[in-house]
Amino acid sequence: MQWFDALIQGVLLGGMYAQYALGMALMFGVMKIVNVSHGDLVILLSLVGISLAASLGLGPFTVMAALVPLAVGLGWLLQRTILNRVVGDDPLPSLIATFGLSLALQNLMMQIWSANSRSLPGGGIESRSIQIGGIYIGLLPVIVLVFAIALTWGLDMMLKRTRFGRALRAAASDVEAASMTGINPRTVYASATAIAVGILGFAAVFQSLRSTVAPADGGAQLIYAFEAVIIGGMGSVWGAFLGAMVLGVAQAVGFRIDPGLGVLAGHIVFLLVLATRPQGLFGRA
Amino acid sequence: MTGAILSTHGLVARYGDFQALYGIDFQIAEGEAVALIGANGAGKSTFLRAVMGLLPVAPDMVRMGGQPIGGTPADRMVQKGVAIVPEGRRLFSGMSVQDNLRVAVDQADRLGRKGGWSLARLHQLFPILKEKARTPVQSLSGGQQQMVSIGRALLCQPRVLLCDEISLGLAPRVIREIYAALPEVRAQGTSVVLVEQDVGLAQSASDRLYCMLEGRVTLTGPSDSVTRDEISKAYFGGTHAVV
Repeated sequence: MQWFDALIQGVLLGGMYAQYALGMALMFGVMKIVNVSHGDLVILLSLVGISLAASLGLGPFTVMAALVPLAVGLGWLLQRTILNRVVGDDPLPSLIATFGLSLALQNLMMQIWSANSRSLPGGGIESRSIQIGGIYIGLLPVIVLVFAIALTWGLDMMLKRTRFGRALRAAASDVEAASMTGINPRTVYASATAIAVGILGFAAVFQSLRSTVAPADGGAQLIYAFEAVIIGGMGSVWGAFLGAMVLGVAQAVGFRIDPGLGVLAGHIVFLLVLATRPQGLFGRA
Repeated sequence: MTGAILSTHGLVARYGDFQALYGIDFQIAEGEAVALIGANGAGKSTFLRAVMGLLPVAPDMVRMGGQPIGGTPADRMVQKGVAIVPEGRRLFSGMSVQDNLRVAVDQADRLGRKGGWSLARLHQLFPILKEKARTPVQSLSGGQQQMVSIGRALLCQPRVLLCDEISLGLAPRVIREIYAALPEVRAQGTSVVLVEQDVGLAQSASDRLYCMLEGRVTLTGPSDSVTRDEISKAYFGGTHAVV
């Protein structure tokens, strides 16, 4: 029973990681950018959300409704002002630019919010759970998983069924050929980053509900997002989701074996996938 | 020539320090087909890329309807009515035939380009594209991929269609099938610039031709009146025969 419980808890944890990973998979898939500031953006949005809740007395889902459009705008601005200048065949300039942005964001957050840890009050939602059989399932992790599934499905449908999705896939396949059909790569890139950071708006609310956040926490979120994307297969939306599930289950099983082994177990699975199947478990060779 | 829809004036293009084009003067009228012939490395594809806005050139070097448009990015060139069938087809791998074509339809709608080309009309021109609508483009034969590439450019509703070596690597039967579609394209009033290495094919499919050698135009004239000997000298810069 304890292993089945670990599996369930792992899948629920994977829901959180999926929300980190979706945006990274989208940005990598379309622009071949590994956004090193991804985790810091989650933390920045979390801290903005916490401040909004504290100053205006907003509940978590009202904060989410305010934060997601803000995140979309931030993503658009980030791409237009910084990333469009460094995107290209060579991945190094964008890697350096986002690394620099990561450092700048951490220092900015430290200046505004200090190094203290904070969390978003959820009005009890964060501690509520339901018992099924002999297993306790937290309500918040279930909500997180439902949002993760909905976001993944929505993103997949958008990519497959909409005009904008086709433009994104065309630009991801061959950006110069896409421009030959009338697609403006800079606009498509800005929209992709707006969506990627917009998804982090959801993740930020859930992250600050389930635990505390502090300005220096971005690195861990980045690692989990990166590992989920690599395990699943870079550039694939459902691959990133399933990669997040594998990472979550690996960590939950690791925690059951030894409480100190949880995070390490995730890293080991990541390294095993990287060594044996670098295209990811669900990616094409 | 008066009433050129597209023209270049002393067009110069470079790849870094390497100069690929040396002052190309070119023009094409509405509904005209003009062939650009020359050996490998003559600068034909570079010329098309420079016109399409894929290489940096000065505004005055390319004019459309008399307006300077040189250096305009490719996506805005589409908006102005120029489309390209690029060398190597450059299809969107991983996407179906239908989705490759829909990308062009989407953008033409977005950019407000009106014209006579629709998916239904394209399916009449190349019926195989309807049969293979759901097939990923990478699974198609070379000829079928070329049809998708031509179709994608036509669905941009161009006034000027730039075709870069559309016969390259295809079987003679497929080449005939593709070239048989050109009169219908021209019947829409679309001007066609054909880059070709096959001189006979280029002559038969065009009204006029330009021959290029090492980044310069070495011969221009009506396709049906330039002689093999003239082409030979212009093509090779010597006295070789054209096969």
